[in-house]
Amino acid sequence: MSASTLNISGLCKRYGDFVALAPTDLDVAQGEFLTLLGPSGSGKTTLLSLIAGLAQPDDGQIRINGADVTYGASYERDIGMVFQNYALFPHMTVAENIAFPLQMRKTNAKTLRDKVVQALEMVHLPHVAGRYPRELSGGQQQRIALARCMVYRPSIILMDEPLGALDKKLRDQMQLEIKRIHRELGTTIVYVTHDQEEAMTMSDRICLMNAGSIAQLGTPADLYFRPNSVFVADFLGESNLLDAVVTERDGDQVQISMQGGATGRAMAYDSVIGNGRSVKLMLRPQNIQVHNGAVADAATGSVAHSVSGGTLSAKLTDIMVTGSMTKLYLQSQVPDAAPLVAAFPTNQLGRQYQIGQMLELSWLTADAVAIAG
Amino acid sequence: MDHTTLTEPATRPAPAPRPPTWRKWLSPGAKSAPIVVLLLVMLIYPVGQLLLLSVHNDSGFTLIEYRRLFASPVYVDVLLITLKISLWTTFFSVLTGYPIAYLISSLTRERKNRLLFWVLLSFWTSFLVRTFAWVVLLGRHGVINQLLLELGIIDQPLSLLYNLPSVIVGMVHALMPLAVLTMLSVMENIDRRLPSAAATLGARPGMVFWKVYFPLSLPGVAAGALMVFVTAIGFFITPTLLGGRHQTMITQLIIDQVMQALNWGFAGAISVLLLAVVLLVFLIYDRMVGLSTMAGGSSAQRDSRKSGAWSRKLGAVVLSALGNATDAVIGVLPKRRKRAGKRTSKRGENRESLTLRVVVILLLVFLSAPAFLMIPLSFDAASGLTWPPHGFSLRWYQQILDSPLWMQAITRSMLVGVGTGILSMLIGTPAAFLLARSGMRGKAAMLAFVLAPIVVPRMIIAVGVFYFFAKIGLIGSSFGLMLGHTVVAVPYVVITMMAVLRNYDTRLDLAAHSMGARPWATLRRITFPILGAGLMSSFLFAFATSFDELTIALFSSGGLSTTLPKQFWDEITMQISPVIAAVSTCLFVFVTLLIWIADRLRRRSLATT
Repeated sequence: MSASTLNISGLCKRYGDFVALAPTDLDVAQGEFLTLLGPSGSGKTTLLSLIAGLAQPDDGQIRINGADVTYGASYERDIGMVFQNYALFPHMTVAENIAFPLQMRKTNAKTLRDKVVQALEMVHLPHVAGRYPRELSGGQQQRIALARCMVYRPSIILMDEPLGALDKKLRDQMQLEIKRIHRELGTTIVYVTHDQEEAMTMSDRICLMNAGSIAQLGTPADLYFRPNSVFVADFLGESNLLDAVVTERDGDQVQISMQGGATGRAMAYDSVIGNGRSVKLMLRPQNIQVHNGAVADAATGSVAHSVSGGTLSAKLTDIMVTGSMTKLYLQSQVPDAAPLVAAFPTNQLGRQYQIGQMLELSWLTADAVAIAG
Repeated sequence: MDHTTLTEPATRPAPAPRPPTWRKWLSPGAKSAPIVVLLLVMLIYPVGQLLLLSVHNDSGFTLIEYRRLFASPVYVDVLLITLKISLWTTFFSVLTGYPIAYLISSLTRERKNRLLFWVLLSFWTSFLVRTFAWVVLLGRHGVINQLLLELGIIDQPLSLLYNLPSVIVGMVHALMPLAVLTMLSVMENIDRRLPSAAATLGARPGMVFWKVYFPLSLPGVAAGALMVFVTAIGFFITPTLLGGRHQTMITQLIIDQVMQALNWGFAGAISVLLLAVVLLVFLIYDRMVGLSTMAGGSSAQRDSRKSGAWSRKLGAVVLSALGNATDAVIGVLPKRRKRAGKRTSKRGENRESLTLRVVVILLLVFLSAPAFLMIPLSFDAASGLTWPPHGFSLRWYQQILDSPLWMQAITRSMLVGVGTGILSMLIGTPAAFLLARSGMRGKAAMLAFVLAPIVVPRMIIAVGVFYFFAKIGLIGSSFGLMLGHTVVAVPYVVITMMAVLRNYDTRLDLAAHSMGARPWATLRRITFPILGAGLMSSFLFAFATSFDELTIALFSSGGLSTTLPKQFWDEITMQISPVIAAVSTCLFVFVTLLIWIADRLRRRSLATT
């Protein structure tokens, strides 16, 4: 038996002709916080429903703590689930809601009372025990849903966009809360969201899904710094994707040539990227350095040739101050070139730029990634 | 001036500049005036008169009628029988209606509509048609006796008619659709994720049902029971046709007093008794569940802490016990196969719902079959209405066409129905606008007043209107009938229109205003086109109510030219002939057509919004 709590192998689900989930393998380790991330219709909620037993798969296997539960009923799986709109029972008080899973497990009255009190204390709401769900605010309902789930210590807790209905500030607060509870209890959590920021801040690992299958599975840093596809690069954070052709590969680094004859260097983590391969060059906006006028020799001279990735020139079309960051929208003069975005922390220097002026851009090799088609 | 908070929180934009005060007062007044006048003249005054008659005769104030009522055990017995029949009817209607409503509420839209069609078909098919079907079904030479004879189970025809069971079967058959539709409106609002949530928390199916779903559906059960009970207590068609002397119900007494004894005072006294019972039932309901749930208010909102902690605890224990018992039964019976293999387990999951499906289909057959039975009988060449039919002929249809009585009745019913539809829309729609949109004070009281014609038993209204019409010479006139029918149809129009208006996004109106449209232009170009389907279905509702109305027509339609239900009633109480089967078939086809049209309209409105 492996150390993982949840093993999924070859799991798939179709609705008529529509493939909601292509055969998928996934292992989640004990105590891990795994996020299923993806646009709507990517299969993340289908996968979660299959794990929860709310839908039946067409093929494949689900094992929880080593036991095959593929076609077992929800109540036999030892899971907990936090629903999008909390699904608190409106006809029961908060305390009765939290007691419900314990009653289903025939916990004796004394233990039950203690555990309910503990659970309420864990979410800092001991005073609402006698109220009904509708008398609570959205954030409080969310905490009670969490408490109801944690109180019986299931092997896995599944969360289906639990913070989707909350406003930004409350959402940030609840993210911390969930992280804290996860740390304290060490429960395995499978979390569904379409909010990439939420996924980045909370997860041990992210399982990014697209069109019914896994696009990439790894730590947030993996996905952010080493995307294996244009979809991942585009979905997670903002990125510029430029057409380029590999002219030479040397270990993890490649030499590339771009439209209009410019050349540069970038990282390549995918082994299929070889000489002559056309790739997308990914540059994160905040990793593009902007120079007013030509890139000074002093600047390029001060860094080793292997560190400097290359330069581009482009015309400034728009400036946007989004608070702490300033974004520059740029258009390269090469025919058919896609628009570019560069970003830097908002400062007084940023005010010198004029719309319509030509700017020189540069990047460091380590920040640029060549992605196969 | 923040009077909107009660109905629409948050989303309502800031109020427009205040109109001049006189307009503010005039507008609600103008919208509510027609319905208030109608109900005052056609409901409050006539019913008040009738009640007054019970305590007032030529010599002034008197209680003689009441003394007479309680002096003889006959009348008290009738009241007890009425209550007994109504209670049994309510019990069985809710019991059999529950699984149907449960299944319908759990299906996807397409399949839901298919099942719902059968319920609606029964709901809209005239009580007369359906009761007549039972007369044929249960008769000495009826279908059931013939079947039993042929199977050799009996060798003498049983007398299945004119006893308590036959009345209750007929009444349950008549009122079960009402129970289903009332319960359905609550069940559809139960969040489908709650049972799923309960399952992930470790509850087995039995526990999920009894601890989570059932308590949430209870307001629906209570509302369904109330509707059925109140309707049942004022019933006379079924007990007259299917019951014997010992199943006489209270409304039959009223008919006797008015039609034969011509004793208005005594009829008034019985009416007071009937009204008192109905009001008492409403009062109890309001205490226990809350009347707000009836008018479409959300059900679970009521604070259940009011009921004592003790009864709550008892309820929880009982429900847990039921849940455990159900799970034990499910566990023993079909589910063990689940362990055998994963493929069979998928089917095992469906097995529980398969049982439910079979039960529901059987109930729907019970609901629909009697009316369908009319079709072959109407083409019978023989005249005995016996089963099986002999030969094929169209002679009964020919007889309808040849009979001036039937043809006049049909024309008149159409005329009165259309008139009632138009009148109810003209009177009910402004009131619905007022009740749904404005935040005027006393809205709850206004709604209660508008719904009064549903609360007051139809028979009392009918007798009151008869007395009133007799005085002003409106007996036998089509206009009088339209007025009478409008009184009972208008609450349905208001309820339907309020539901339609509640789903209508009022910001569209504001958008039109912002583009410079004046109120009338907004109404004509924006509001009515979007509400068109809703308006049409309320019209059909009113039309159908009038087309099927017997009680008021029974007294006020006059001697010679009657309405279709009245003609049907006269015919059926005189003799049972296949002509009635032919008329029933026509009505049945007509109702199917109406439902089909209403459904098309609803789909179109769904497609446009």
